[in-house]
Amino acid sequence: MIVTKQKDLESIICLIQKDPVFIVGCSQCATLCKTGGEDEIKKMVSILKVKNINVTGWVLLDPACHLLNDKRILKSYKDKIKKAKKVLVLACGNGVQTVAEIIDNAEVIPGLDTLFLGEIKSVKEFEKRCNLCGECIQYLFDGLCPISRCPKNMLNGPCGGSKNGKCEVSKDLDCIWEIIINKLDKKKKLFLLKRIVEPKDWSKSLVMKR
Amino acid sequence: MNYTSNLEKVLKTKGFAVTAEIGPPKGCDAEKIKAKADFLINCADAFNITDNQTGVVRLSSIGGSVILLDMGLEPIMQMACRDRNRIALQSDVLGACAVGVRNILFVTGDHQCFGNHPNARGVFDLDSIQLIKVVKDMRDHGVFQSGDEIKFGRPNVFIGGAANPFADPLSFRVDRLEKKIFAGVDFIQTQSVFNLERFNCWMDEVRSRGLDKKVFILAGVTPLKSLKMCERMKFHVPGVDIPNVIYNRMKNTSDPKKEGFDISLELIKEIKKIKGVSGVHITALFWENIIPSLVSKAGLL
Repeated sequence: MIVTKQKDLESIICLIQKDPVFIVGCSQCATLCKTGGEDEIKKMVSILKVKNINVTGWVLLDPACHLLNDKRILKSYKDKIKKAKKVLVLACGNGVQTVAEIIDNAEVIPGLDTLFLGEIKSVKEFEKRCNLCGECIQYLFDGLCPISRCPKNMLNGPCGGSKNGKCEVSKDLDCIWEIIINKLDKKKKLFLLKRIVEPKDWSKSLVMKR
Repeated sequence: MNYTSNLEKVLKTKGFAVTAEIGPPKGCDAEKIKAKADFLINCADAFNITDNQTGVVRLSSIGGSVILLDMGLEPIMQMACRDRNRIALQSDVLGACAVGVRNILFVTGDHQCFGNHPNARGVFDLDSIQLIKVVKDMRDHGVFQSGDEIKFGRPNVFIGGAANPFADPLSFRVDRLEKKIFAGVDFIQTQSVFNLERFNCWMDEVRSRGLDKKVFILAGVTPLKSLKMCERMKFHVPGVDIPNVIYNRMKNTSDPKKEGFDISLELIKEIKKIKGVSGVHITALFWENIIPSLVSKAGLL
């Protein structure tokens, strides 16, 4: 899932500049991580109303990254969007651009910051799991990914900075290499890590279309 | 008056400078640079040492610059944003300055996919405009990009940048130059000029905004060595604009080297007449030994 976080309210209000605004949410990732679902949209509407900002309407796209779907849905909100000078998108960076591709009268502004592609650990806890690097090499690490989970992207073992299983960069972050090693050790397969992993082909991460 | 570099002195006192490009070798043989430099010793006021241009690994620009300094020549060290983050870029500016480099030219850099390591990860932590501003702040305000203070020596460098009057979108080309000036660039070397009409349009706009008074502009000149080179540049190098008139001259001649040389001479003659142009920057790709006769015949010596 694409994990997002709401921008702080002050900067959202600063971007809206008192202009009439139409709000767009997303039924999928942003709903799951509670940043752009129906509840969050309604909450945003009432917050903006208190700030004397005119909300001309809102819609939950299904999902926001679906261009043709969005075109169809937004058509029926044409009048409400026409009254707005800003469209606040509570969806990931993709959602913002898909909406901006369709709307031409108002300025499209992002209400969320897009953080990572990650796992839902519990209702309100998410962890990064993928960098979208274009070539999955997790077969080398028993289904674990040091590209997305090691801040140094180490491919040949731990850097030596971790302590008690925690990364030197942040005590909140488990050292992925400690996890990989423990997992393979239990399976008596630690020897798999002896092979030198060659430099990664980063050109694979540059693919722009499929 | 104290000048940061010889290049700055020439630009400020003579009003017209000549720079030439020396591409470092694919290896650590210093003699390769020395041989090229020996040939060009009296032909230019300063010499660009390129930084892994087109993403091909070569002897580093800082190493190449030191070789020139040892020969008593003045380098314009090039630095690209492709391969280093802001920590390494700032560190290398300090290092270069410490060994005597006084001109540094900052570019974003060709994408690594064009070079001999297309699988490399591009860094692009900063772009050229951001880097120019960072170095200007280091030099003039004694602070790193983070705001941290420079305690033991601000880098006193003459700051260079590149401009392409021919690239798309044309409507933004002068705006981009203006941004570089605002960021703090002291001199500009342009993409090689073949399309004089287009270059003149760009310079008209530059002058109308008074930008020629705020920055020294050196027009790029590249002698065409062969039809093959002309075709490669016309059809395959992004941002190069070779008009059909020049292409046809290269196509129809029986002596491409002479024709390419003559075209360059004519271009330099015309460029010298353009108000607001402060010099020429000669990039003779794999044809550095033509530079002495070119500058001599063009009356640039």
